[in-house]
Amino acid sequence: MESSLILVAGGILMGLGAIGSGVGIGILGGKYLEGVARQPELQPMLLTQLFISLALVDAVPIIAVGISLYMIFAL
Amino acid sequence: MATEYETSADYIQHHLTNLTYGRFPEGHWGFAHGQEDINAMGFWAINVDTMFWSLSLGLVFLAIFSWAAKKAKPGVPGGLQNFCEYAVEFVENNVAQVFGTRPNPIIGPLSLTILIWVFLMNLMDLVPVDWIPHAAALAGIPYMKVVSTTDPNATLGMSISVFLLVLYYNFKIKGPIAFGKALVTHPVPHWSMYWFNFILEMVDMLAKPLSHGLRLFGNLYAGEMIFILIALLPFYAQWLLSLPWAIFHILIICLQAFVFMILTIVYLTQAHETEEH
Repeated sequence: MESSLILVAGGILMGLGAIGSGVGIGILGGKYLEGVARQPELQPMLLTQLFISLALVDAVPIIAVGISLYMIFAL
Repeated sequence: MATEYETSADYIQHHLTNLTYGRFPEGHWGFAHGQEDINAMGFWAINVDTMFWSLSLGLVFLAIFSWAAKKAKPGVPGGLQNFCEYAVEFVENNVAQVFGTRPNPIIGPLSLTILIWVFLMNLMDLVPVDWIPHAAALAGIPYMKVVSTTDPNATLGMSISVFLLVLYYNFKIKGPIAFGKALVTHPVPHWSMYWFNFILEMVDMLAKPLSHGLRLFGNLYAGEMIFILIALLPFYAQWLLSLPWAIFHILIICLQAFVFMILTIVYLTQAHETEEH
């Protein structure tokens, strides 16, 4: 019973984390394309900034995935 | 590859367990045999495999770069010298872009070390998950976790070291009084809200090293976990899934090393900003 509850909790943790950051990364990529279309000569600089903010947004769901995998396999 | 394990959960458990040396509750020291021993050891334990791989990869980084620096000659550089020069220039550009030209002897070497060291530790993720643990098992070592950055002790250790440096520079550059003032006056500059500002700043302070370390750990842990899950499949399916994931993982490996370095530079830059904003 308890282990199946942990499985459900891990699934919710991964899924809900992915929803928010999915929307966030979608907006981020769209804005990046808009910026590049407007000023193509800024593309290398924008790409660096994109990667930095991508990793910042990415951290939240990835931490959730790490914690839920830890809950499922190590607890 | 899961033949010598009872279930797939056992296989995953085995691959996620560190080789831990520590003090048993009865008082003697020794290697842990399984998760129960590690839990019983509590604080007085050290992950030997994490220490071994991270330290030896750090030595590899130092050896490669100092060898290339000693051998460097004018004219057209060779392959290794090219790579080292590219890495140094890359770090230099990033530091100059974010940190500016303030005099600081530590930030450049620190950033270069973090970039290459984290990159090398992440790179061990691309070694097939069974090679080194299996070889170690044949040599009589029960557990071997090769990727140091999938151990939160290693990543949080690095991020807390960076955090200590940030505190040091806050005290050195701003001085204790200005630093204390920045802690209580920042979002709402009114004396009746100082306690609120202080709570906000404390949360910010604690969240920085925590998210800094957990970001690297989480990315690599999730990646390693997917490699392990692929290794559980029948052999004809492994190549099909492992190859695309490994190619995608190259991006994550470089990106996480880069982000860890950039965030180090950003946090140190914040510690150096004396003007009000």
